[in-house]
Amino acid sequence: MITIVDYGMGNLGSIQNMFKRIGLASLVTGEPAKVAEARKILLPGVGAFDNAMQRIEASGLRGILDRKALVERVPVLGICLGMQLLTRSSEEGVLPGLGWIAAATRRLPAREGLKVPHMGWNAVDQVRSDALTRDLPGEPRFYFVHSYCVSVDDPADSLLRTTYGITFDAAIRRGNIFGAQFHPEKSHRFGMQLLANFGRL
Amino acid sequence: MLRTRIIPTLLLRNESLIKTVRFGKFSYVGDPANTVRIFNELEVDELLFLDVTATVEGRKPNLKVLAEIADECFMPLGYGGGIRSFEDAQIILKLGFEKVVVNTRALEEPSFITRLSEHFGSQAIIVSIDVKRGLFWGDQVRSRAGGKNARRSPVEWAREVERLGAGEILLTSIDREGTWEGFDLDLVRSVSEAVRIPVIANGGAGKVEHIGQAVKEGCASAVALGSMVVFQRKGMGVLVNFPEESELRRILA
Repeated sequence: MITIVDYGMGNLGSIQNMFKRIGLASLVTGEPAKVAEARKILLPGVGAFDNAMQRIEASGLRGILDRKALVERVPVLGICLGMQLLTRSSEEGVLPGLGWIAAATRRLPAREGLKVPHMGWNAVDQVRSDALTRDLPGEPRFYFVHSYCVSVDDPADSLLRTTYGITFDAAIRRGNIFGAQFHPEKSHRFGMQLLANFGRL
Repeated sequence: MLRTRIIPTLLLRNESLIKTVRFGKFSYVGDPANTVRIFNELEVDELLFLDVTATVEGRKPNLKVLAEIADECFMPLGYGGGIRSFEDAQIILKLGFEKVVVNTRALEEPSFITRLSEHFGSQAIIVSIDVKRGLFWGDQVRSRAGGKNARRSPVEWAREVERLGAGEILLTSIDREGTWEGFDLDLVRSVSEAVRIPVIANGGAGKVEHIGQAVKEGCASAVALGSMVVFQRKGMGVLVNFPEESELRRILA
């Protein structure tokens, strides 16, 4: 069972649809008591960084999530803004992030001819092999929509990288903490493979 | 490298998939759920659905059909047609669509764009601009599925919707729609150059070369395909299809 944390931001329907298609049980919930029982957590997110952090704090989920991630060490996958929340800070806001992985979130630089947000399908380069990114179909590509991007402090925590003006981390992992900047639930069989891999961890 | 988005744009009339020529002359294409299954297998970049009669028939978005589509599709999805309120947009996004398309409502009350954009993020808001070439006044924006002249210039309205928080513009030439004759490149270029947000060129695609023209000459960020992806050829029967990857690469290289 994968617990999809509902703190009021994110495309939860699509994520659940894809888990259903893969044949993995999932539960969408924002109830602290239910999140406390989670064995695997998916942290979605679309929207602004500070707004998301405020909602997580206000919903009473912060302490429980910290315990799940740092003490019980259940696998956690942050998607899109959910991945940025795993970092210590973001140039989008002033509030600190969850800080579960040594990384920071920066604004995608404006470059001539490149529109921000970075929106659309982009290719990814595999930095190292990992259970999360195992058996991706050839020439893997994913659907991205974001204006901020993550850089991990330790290059060993990077799984996939993508280039859009600059090169940034598209998927990351440190121990039980995973992140994907793209939307696997909107990325055809590429995303399906990644979510299935997370389900099998 | 970021791929240029090629977006099948499918027209709904309530529960049916249809196709039009210059916003009229409706022909039946098929069942939406079956059709999207094929596009899903073809792994297209993105899909847009427009219920082109919802506003004029005073209907709400058909949530049953949209839920079926969202269950089948593992790609970005947009929907437009009959979105009149914040709640209409909210429920569609909740079904698993990531973008809503607004047109008539935005022209009646431009602050509607801002309200949606501030809540859902600009990336979720596409403003559709339908344009008809006038005999005396040049290009003019139309609302209500082309039925009403909004008396605005496309470039001026495009700049305004960008300022109000739109994340993308779906720019449709009514005169070219369904004709297979190619995009109105002057129109596409004039709007693309006037705004910083992505412009999706729509109306007129009949062959892959038109896609290349819209991007290279029209400076469009993305290209919408209608007749081309639901018919075999002009005047021929229904065949759900999508250009070969290799062909697209050649055209966009």
